[in-house]
Amino acid sequence: MQLTNRSKVVTKPEMTWVEKLYLPAILGGLQITIKHLFKKKATVKYPEVKKEFAPVYRGMHVLKRDEQGRENCTACGLCAVSCPAEAITMDAAERQKGEEHLYREEKYAAKYEINMLRCIYCGLCEEACPKDAIYLTDRIVPSEYTRGEFVFGKDMLVERIDDRVDVSKRKKEYSI
Amino acid sequence: MSSQLIFFILAALSIMSALFVVFSKNPIYSVIWLIVCFFSIAGHYIMLNAQFLAIVHIIVYAGAIMVLMLFTVMLLNLNKATEPHKPMLYKLAAMISGGLMLLVLLASMRSTALGAYASPAYTESGYVQNVGMVLFTEFLLPFEMTSVLFIAAMIGAVVLAKKEVH
Amino acid sequence: MSVLVFKAILVVVLFLVSLGIAAYSTYAERKVAAFLQDRIGPDRAGPFGLLQPIADGVKMFLKEEIIPTLSDKFLFILGPSMFMVTTLMVSAVIPWGMPLEIGGEMFALQVADVNIGILYVLGVVSLGVYGIMIGGWASNNKYALLGAIRASSQMISYELAMGMSVVAILLMTNGSLSINHIVEAQGTGKLYGFINVSGMNWNVFYQPVAFLIFLICAFAEANRTPFDLPESESELIGGFHTEYSSMKLGLYLFGEYINMFISSAIISCLFFGGYNFPGIEYLGTILPHNIVSIISVLVLFGKIFFFIFFFMWVRWTIPRFRYDQLMRLGWQILMPIAIVNVLLTALGITLFGN
Repeated sequence: MQLTNRSKVVTKPEMTWVEKLYLPAILGGLQITIKHLFKKKATVKYPEVKKEFAPVYRGMHVLKRDEQGRENCTACGLCAVSCPAEAITMDAAERQKGEEHLYREEKYAAKYEINMLRCIYCGLCEEACPKDAIYLTDRIVPSEYTRGEFVFGKDMLVERIDDRVDVSKRKKEYSI
Repeated sequence: MSSQLIFFILAALSIMSALFVVFSKNPIYSVIWLIVCFFSIAGHYIMLNAQFLAIVHIIVYAGAIMVLMLFTVMLLNLNKATEPHKPMLYKLAAMISGGLMLLVLLASMRSTALGAYASPAYTESGYVQNVGMVLFTEFLLPFEMTSVLFIAAMIGAVVLAKKEVH
Repeated sequence: MSVLVFKAILVVVLFLVSLGIAAYSTYAERKVAAFLQDRIGPDRAGPFGLLQPIADGVKMFLKEEIIPTLSDKFLFILGPSMFMVTTLMVSAVIPWGMPLEIGGEMFALQVADVNIGILYVLGVVSLGVYGIMIGGWASNNKYALLGAIRASSQMISYELAMGMSVVAILLMTNGSLSINHIVEAQGTGKLYGFINVSGMNWNVFYQPVAFLIFLICAFAEANRTPFDLPESESELIGGFHTEYSSMKLGLYLFGEYINMFISSAIISCLFFGGYNFPGIEYLGTILPHNIVSIISVLVLFGKIFFFIFFFMWVRWTIPRFRYDQLMRLGWQILMPIAIVNVLLTALGITLFGN
């Protein structure tokens, strides 16, 4: 029964004398390989030249601060709920007097951990976050020696005041 | 003087390596000593200015035949446990044939007088052209006969190796 | 300067040049491989990675040397050394250029112009297999043994066709076996008897079939792809040098590249006029003798480098043969063609003279 007309009957015809010599075929092969000698090379010389990441690249997470350097995260837990890999855990705490310059909202994350080995970099936490706090950046997750070290705490995730992370490419405007 | 020295070194080397061929416990070492022996004999040929013979000796014996020998020896299982115990009869037969060989050697040596070492005169009879000339004129019949012999051996090998068709 | 001193210097220079070319062949191999695959290859050690062979050499020397417990230690060490020695020995009979004139005396750029030149090459090349066989057997490893057995049978099979293709060349030069004579004969006379370009009377124009057979056999003798069955890394994990490490492995790898260099030199000498180049006579009339000699050496090396490149080029084009295909090609195709070629050459020479 023929389902499509794309099927093709394979035949193996007797080789002609010239084909049996194999030399024309070998010469053809040599021609193809020598052409590659002059082609543009695909190599990127990595440490000197860095390849641009795609705008949709999802790498290591960052916990953003606002313009005044206060942490955006309010420990609502939406990211943890949305996370399909259950990689995010957090402890919430209340902002004390005199900590207004550290945390934007009255509630903040005292502990915020992402298990980078569990994380599948789907970006759902970023989508879920109502406070513009978590973003996946184009930074590469550093390598570690033990599994435990891959549980990144706030020290690894929160962006430093003197070294802000640009996430403008990943900011999306939503209209509700 | 120097050629005499080289001769004695080569002679000592060939005798020594020939002895090692016999006395080596490991067949692989025997084969390797045999190759050394062939080389020293090729050295003797060069001393006699027979370069062609020397290099043919190396190509044919050291380059081809000994490679095949080594090939076979390598494929043998050389564990000590698999070595069969030789019966008394074999040992006796080996002793008798060895004794006969010694007798023949002694008889032939008795009739030869050992002269003083004479440095071989410079001849060009060992060059390729001259060897070819002699082979294809004076000794044409024996030469062709040997090639017939080789053909016979080759056909024999082919017949033996061929699968029987029923 | 006595002849002996000159020859001694020549031997040392040849030794160093062989090693240097072998070292840079490894670099060239990686570069050519990379370029043929649209990569750029090693470029970290020095400008364009030119110091890479030195880094590799240092690595080879400093690596831990492992001799398997159940191996035959003496033979295990003898294997790579024999391989290296035999590959280096061949360069003695190759004429590297026109004679040099030093202090009014002529010195041939050839270590030994032996009467049996090309036979010497065949003889020494046939010994090269011992290094592989002994090393492969002494490793006490089944892959190494398989590699060694493949190497020996392959080399014996292709030596015959190689010798036969050389016979046709020998017929062309009045039966002289000396490589020097073969090269000189290609530098004189007119091509096909009427094209008058000096130093262009190359054997390849008369003997293309012999050249092709010799080339294929040279690939097989040097264990290069498509004939690299003895060390096929994808099926025998490196074949005869599976168990080797450190500089002993380095000797095997180096030996292969020296083999390639020497094969290229012999192909150039037998078929491509050796150090002869078009217009060599004209240059001889306008330039001092020694400068022409040096140019002739450079020309020979140019030809050698082309063939080394060709070896690599083919390596990245043609896949490896299957073992039965290899044997069929050697015995049932190349041998008969070589014999017929010899007969036709003899017939042509008797009919048309020279």
